[in-house]
Amino acid sequence: MEARENAVLDRRDMLKHIGAGLTLGVGLSPLKALALDSVTMPFDNGERPLVKYPQKRPMIGITSRPPQLETPFSVFNQGPITPNDAFFVRYHLADIPLDVDPDTFTLEIKGTVDRPLKLSLTDIKKMKQTELVAVNQCSGNSRGFFNPRVAGGQLGHGAMGNARWRGVSLKTVLDQAGVQPGAKQVVFAGMDGPVSDRTPDFAKALDVDHARDGEVMLAYLMNGRDLPFLNGFPLRLVVPGYYGTYWIKHLNEITVIDGTYDNFWMKTAYRIPDNACACVEPGATPTATVPINRLNVRSFITNVSEGAQLRRGRKILKGIAFDGGTGIRNVEVSIDGGKTWKSARLGRSYGRYAFREWKVPVKLIAGPHELKVRATSNGGEVQPIEARWNPAGYMRNVTETVRVSVS
Amino acid sequence: MMRFVALALATIGLAASVRAFTPMTAAAEPLSYQLPRETIEFKPGPNLDVVKNNCLACHSADYIAIQPRGPALGKKFWQAEVNKMIKAYGAQIDEADIGKIVEYLAAAY
Repeated sequence: MEARENAVLDRRDMLKHIGAGLTLGVGLSPLKALALDSVTMPFDNGERPLVKYPQKRPMIGITSRPPQLETPFSVFNQGPITPNDAFFVRYHLADIPLDVDPDTFTLEIKGTVDRPLKLSLTDIKKMKQTELVAVNQCSGNSRGFFNPRVAGGQLGHGAMGNARWRGVSLKTVLDQAGVQPGAKQVVFAGMDGPVSDRTPDFAKALDVDHARDGEVMLAYLMNGRDLPFLNGFPLRLVVPGYYGTYWIKHLNEITVIDGTYDNFWMKTAYRIPDNACACVEPGATPTATVPINRLNVRSFITNVSEGAQLRRGRKILKGIAFDGGTGIRNVEVSIDGGKTWKSARLGRSYGRYAFREWKVPVKLIAGPHELKVRATSNGGEVQPIEARWNPAGYMRNVTETVRVSVS
Repeated sequence: MMRFVALALATIGLAASVRAFTPMTAAAEPLSYQLPRETIEFKPGPNLDVVKNNCLACHSADYIAIQPRGPALGKKFWQAEVNKMIKAYGAQIDEADIGKIVEYLAAAY
């Protein structure tokens, strides 16, 4: 019964997406058996199929093996919590687990600990529970907008989502295992892996103090339900305020080490320029890099899409803002291309790691307009007016512009 | 109309697949996930067989199709990508095939 209801909702949502301004491509893509239609992102070579996967509503298909799915942007206008069936999917390596038995699933905690542990899901669910709303954003979210363009997943703005995560604090688990003095980092690995044993397996590390901050979580519920398969069922790491690369899916191995983890995914990939803006001159190579870490501050208008035709007069602009964990202090909107700014009213707070909704009434006169939105975090960080650049296309957070015409 | 037919079929598929996923009891049954069939194909071009043999073992063709285009990228861009596949991801590509693959990618994409 429930499934049928979901299906109906799904179709409605789909129609809403189409109504909410996704640019439909011409015709059905002949290459995708499951492609329902296509969307075109506002950058070159931006046509993508809308694809249907189990447990997911129609999503923007980025790649098929391993699967990478982007959230249609109109979803972010429908509330501050991103539904599970609309949450983006990102894998690196194609050997993903397709059969998981939650009753025999085991999480192993090992390395420099007093008591190595093997925990079942039942064990984990019996421990002290914790809950938190947090944004998971891909490091390369919005990479398709980089100029000059860079290689990688050519994403629009939909490789982000905000969910209520429930599980066990990593600190609880590490304390039970007894981290030994001298431990430096904690390494996380999941059940997904490479096709070839020559390809570095995906694993990430956090400093031990960060791992024990009480907020980093092993989550098995997302918005009150089991994690969707492609979002890491049955257990994933939640690292509030940090980019999605650390949020290991299908988490089954935690290793405490007394050194600095230096696999490909920490030492070579997911590195940003070691300076305050995490940026270099376009085309330049950074002289020093560090592992990507905390989200920077971003904001979006969600109820008006690029190229929209609007009627003159009063209009309420609305959207979302978020940062890496200080929370949002202020959101300002400009309807004249950035000459003048007006503060928006912030919506309910779901915590400092969550999407914060905002809205502001404006009065539009006839003609072309550049609508802009910029957020300031409680930490004092403001979105820049000019886009910053780095070779991997990470951390875009320029003040976004939506061009509309008013008549 | 085509769109609605496609949607109707997709929603029927959804109803079937989600039911398999809704754990009604605590019964010990492994959950299985069925990925949609991979349908994306490489564009026609020179050395296509070499490309298929070397690239498709690890990833689908859309990894290539979505990449940025343009004269500023071209051969240099694709050479860097092939080098990355070899050095970072351990792709075992015969020395003689590297140039062929780069030639195909620059010509077809």
